[in-house]
Amino acid sequence: MLKLANQDTNDNVSVGRSRPFVRRQARPGWVAIDFGELWRYRELLVFQAIRDIKVRYKQTVLGVAWAVLQPVATMVVFSIFFGKLAKLPSDGIPYPVFTFCALLPWQLFTYALTYSSNSLVDNANAVTKVYFPRLILPFSAVISGLIDFAIAFVVLAGIMFYYGVRPGWSVIVLPLFIILALAVAMSIGVWLSALNVKYRDIRYTIPFLSQFWLFATPVAYSSSLVPEKWQTVYGINPMVSVVDGFRWALLGRSAPSIPMLIVSVIATVVLLACGLFYFRRMEKSFADIV
Amino acid sequence: MSNIAIRIEGLSKRYRIGVQNNYPTFREALMGTALVPLRKYRSWTSSNQKEYDSGFVWALRDVDFDVKQGEIVGIIGRNGAGKSTLLKILTGITEPTSGYADIYGRVGSLLEVGTGFHMELTGRENIFMNGAILGMSRQEIKRKFDEIVAFSEVEKFLDTPVKRYSSGMYMRLAFAVAAHLETEILIVDEVLAVGDIEFQKKCIGKMQDVSQSQGRTVLFVSHNMDAIQRLCTRCLLLDHGRLVTQGDPASTVLRYISHNSSQAQPKQWIDVSNVGRMGTGEARFVAIQYSSLNETVSFHPYKDGPLEFLLAIESDSPMSVGSLGVTIFNRTGTMLVDANIGTTSEIINLNTGRNIVRLRIEELHLNPDIYILGLWLDKKSKSIGYDQPLDYIESVCEIEVVNLESIEDGIKEAAPVTCKFRILSVTNESIASKV
Repeated sequence: MLKLANQDTNDNVSVGRSRPFVRRQARPGWVAIDFGELWRYRELLVFQAIRDIKVRYKQTVLGVAWAVLQPVATMVVFSIFFGKLAKLPSDGIPYPVFTFCALLPWQLFTYALTYSSNSLVDNANAVTKVYFPRLILPFSAVISGLIDFAIAFVVLAGIMFYYGVRPGWSVIVLPLFIILALAVAMSIGVWLSALNVKYRDIRYTIPFLSQFWLFATPVAYSSSLVPEKWQTVYGINPMVSVVDGFRWALLGRSAPSIPMLIVSVIATVVLLACGLFYFRRMEKSFADIV
Repeated sequence: MSNIAIRIEGLSKRYRIGVQNNYPTFREALMGTALVPLRKYRSWTSSNQKEYDSGFVWALRDVDFDVKQGEIVGIIGRNGAGKSTLLKILTGITEPTSGYADIYGRVGSLLEVGTGFHMELTGRENIFMNGAILGMSRQEIKRKFDEIVAFSEVEKFLDTPVKRYSSGMYMRLAFAVAAHLETEILIVDEVLAVGDIEFQKKCIGKMQDVSQSQGRTVLFVSHNMDAIQRLCTRCLLLDHGRLVTQGDPASTVLRYISHNSSQAQPKQWIDVSNVGRMGTGEARFVAIQYSSLNETVSFHPYKDGPLEFLLAIESDSPMSVGSLGVTIFNRTGTMLVDANIGTTSEIINLNTGRNIVRLRIEELHLNPDIYILGLWLDKKSKSIGYDQPLDYIESVCEIEVVNLESIEDGIKEAAPVTCKFRILSVTNESIASKV
């Protein structure tokens, strides 16, 4: 049959028009990730992300101000309770700057987590009616969080200027930590979005998950509170490296340890790879059960 | 051999009914695993093992056919026959359980008008968004943008959010985007079910154009038998997931319609709870009765006479419905009568449980023949493409319209329909010129 397909394409080439050939049939088990196809649909990825951003603040009174309000409000609360009252150490940096710097990647992460895990269910109509690589949906949800991140970043710059904190040369590595944050968010998002199609419980676990994760990540406190010998193990939570990386790049605090970084990167890669394969395996049944 | 566009062999798709309807929760999944031994024991002791085997339904079963390049193939069949499943497999949305479909060429699809449209975005934004979802590149959309806008006739509202569009504008825009896909194969499902005559004409014209002048292949699912016969070069009939017949559209349509209905007698309840239908089912027709109130023709409907229906509707909750009606089709599938309260803006309140609605067509202007009865129930008076009605039965049963005079006179002869008319005036040329 495949031979026939080739023949057919050849025939058409002679006519001056080539027709691609596909066979639709059951593919049991694990399926490889089709990066070529993802690349062909890259414009959809961008459109989808832009759409998410446009839609998010339509018909809201405050509009984009929400992107500023959320991290700023959290920062104020943390500064009062953890900074002023509990007097948590902030490595010699003014506490508001210290915590806001961590809140940036943290907001990006929780945002991506929430939206990507609901992405397939929220777009159920499109999923059951049109074919496109389903990975586009959780991916674009993660990417659309970057706008909020960029807006909040401007606020951070203002706060840093106010407190007279100046970033050092290490600021050039910041993009690497942004990428790591996105990768972590994607890996979790891919897992949860696929699971959410089948098990709607996932939706309700997300607020808990992000709350627990917040305490496992040094956002309100400093990672130096964790004993030295546990630092490497602590890196299993990749967000620890992300937050420490941000503080290093922007506030000139000491760099995260190399073993911890390696552990974090490995954890992310493993989580992401497994997530992608799980997603691909479930992908073919999405339209039937969503 | 070289001009095959689609080749399908042994294509089957099985759905699990349970999974399709309920979302399992983690707890259920865990409980399910834990209870396996118990379930096995139960099915072993009691004889209702069949219950577990019948949790599957074959949406498609061993379907084989070929489509040549440039053909317009119509696919017909009652609801649940597997038409949409077939299209979903061809477009790659879902996978077949067994068998395969070979597709030569890019596939563009329009399975539902307005898929991927977002209510908050403007018409312009949605053109790009929808185009991207359907697989068009930005360049391609830009190049076709003016053409799409011209086809959809929404120039003035391009920068208005589509939630403010009328349903007609919405559908025109959505169809326009999909129709301008430059794929070798175009797959279209039920576009004509929505929209007015003008829109339908436009769609049909566009599809003809696509296949004739551009040599592209079109697969077209519709319940509009008229359109199928006018548009298609070949027609497939599906029933319960199997390909029943294929051939020229006229004979396939005839086969579908005669195969579909059974004739029911007037003045007696017809159980419709088990006929093929579409809709959410929150309120549904369970039985109907029809009668012409004239004993001499044993209550059969007759030309220009009244036709009264009793519609038993079972509702899950109290609700008001803005669209409730009876449709009458001829045997080639053209809708001739649509007696729907939606056209008179009436609203009917249904209570929980069984409601009986009495509906009378005062004068039935139909010639003696066999017709097909359909039923429609919806909350809103106008349907917008993407919402399911409460209940829709395309073909309930056949009814026979008899000729009252011929029965009285003993002659059977079809006379043309008399329309209401009167003479408005008589003018004499010679007098008129004098004045």
